[in-house]
Amino acid sequence: MAAFFESLDFARIGASMALVLAAGLLGWWQRAGLTRDLVMATVRSFFQLIAIGYALELIFARESISWTLFIIAVMLGVAAYTSAQRARGIAGSLVIATAGIGTGAVLTIGLLVALGVFRFTPQFIIPIAGMVIGNAMTTCSLVMTRLRDDIRDQRNRIEAALALGATGRQAATPIVRRSIRSAMMPVIDTTKTVGLIKLPGAMTGMILAGASPLEAVQLQIIVMYMLVGATAFTSLVAAYLTAQAFFTKTHQLVLQPTGEKE
Amino acid sequence: MTRSAVAIRNLSLSRGDLPVLHHVDLTAAPGQIIGLLGPSGSGKSTLLRCINRLLEPPPGTVFVYDEDVTATDVLALRRRVGMVFQQPALFPGSVADNLRFGPDLQKKKVDRTEITRLLEMAHLEPTLLERPATDLSGGQAQRVALARTLANQPDVLLMDEPTSALDPASRRHVEESVSRAAAEQELTVLWVTHDVEQARTLTDYLYLLVEGRIVDQGAPSHVLNAASDHTHLLQQFAAGELEG
Repeated sequence: MAAFFESLDFARIGASMALVLAAGLLGWWQRAGLTRDLVMATVRSFFQLIAIGYALELIFARESISWTLFIIAVMLGVAAYTSAQRARGIAGSLVIATAGIGTGAVLTIGLLVALGVFRFTPQFIIPIAGMVIGNAMTTCSLVMTRLRDDIRDQRNRIEAALALGATGRQAATPIVRRSIRSAMMPVIDTTKTVGLIKLPGAMTGMILAGASPLEAVQLQIIVMYMLVGATAFTSLVAAYLTAQAFFTKTHQLVLQPTGEKE
Repeated sequence: MTRSAVAIRNLSLSRGDLPVLHHVDLTAAPGQIIGLLGPSGSGKSTLLRCINRLLEPPPGTVFVYDEDVTATDVLALRRRVGMVFQQPALFPGSVADNLRFGPDLQKKKVDRTEITRLLEMAHLEPTLLERPATDLSGGQAQRVALARTLANQPDVLLMDEPTSALDPASRRHVEESVSRAAAEQELTVLWVTHDVEQARTLTDYLYLLVEGRIVDQGAPSHVLNAASDHTHLLQQFAAGELEG
């Protein structure tokens, strides 16, 4: 542990805190009422990141598969819970979010490992899982909330389709498609313009850490494709499961009473 | 005893903790136009939705041609029991796309003659066929919604206040189309309205529904007779006080 703390350069971290101080002063000057949030965010980020850094050091040193899986499970749990909280008013939203994010993560990481792109070692898998799960969480929240809102807005059309003999799935198909499209759009746009507008995180990190730009680019390309895959898997599973949650087995539309929860 | 197209027997229904229908009994003979008159919130729409199972009625309470609706295939039931809503809710695409929606679900082709027949039934110009459904006036849209429902060749038609948002001419067109379909094709119609005049002129038999209970029934002239027990209620209808 002592060695771990020795490797931290507190002077650098402390110096960068000058920017947070500046933000705090600006907020105080403008009476933005952000001081408490800012202090909390700064303290939390410091301790959360130090804690995860410490945990990763240990896990990497031992190359423990079971700890790797445990960390991924915790990430998945937190992501699913966060997404489900956002998607209130959908029956079984936690199960849907877990299935959606889990499918995206397992299929993407599984494929990358099976194709030999990454080795299944903690050093590769944990950061990769973090990126995939974080991205899948955003996708899942987007799909679930959009679908929920569209189903409520389009209630008349859905019931008109049901009354003409459509199944719940058929009645919801246009809305499901739209939600998948809108969830995929940002990642496709980012992939299109990557490198032209901004240098993405993984690449920036590698360059800052001293890797050659070409090495960094190679990883970034893999990461982009990986996120496209994860978004596709997650949005598909989340969209179909969410749509299903709004219909009974006899194809009746059930809108959850959510007004008071939102 | 003649066979009934729709029979409702002792139907009570609650939504959440709120009772909506109380011991409702209703019968519609084939080809009849049945009126359901009552103020907003009296349970009329709920009653209609139990017939095509957009809401689930308790078993043994709703029958279509003597079959318990809860024991029949729900998709087949909904093709047999069409419904037109207060809002036309047309789908994106052309008028023709809308008319083909129901038959397409069953992988049935609708030929040109059939499309023309449907348009004619609903008092619609053939030139409207390729128009985007979103470009139509309220009256046209509602007639397309009616034609779209008739494309499934239903035996029973549920009309959930379909003319309450229409101008008098469009309203008359919808009424005429439905009366004609009822007469020519033995289509049984259950027409929900809170319009006393419509109930008087259009329906063969009328049920008066108040707070989820049938409070009167019979020939429209009988139910709407000024000397009946509901004079006060009907006056309120006429004055529009019970609408909305």
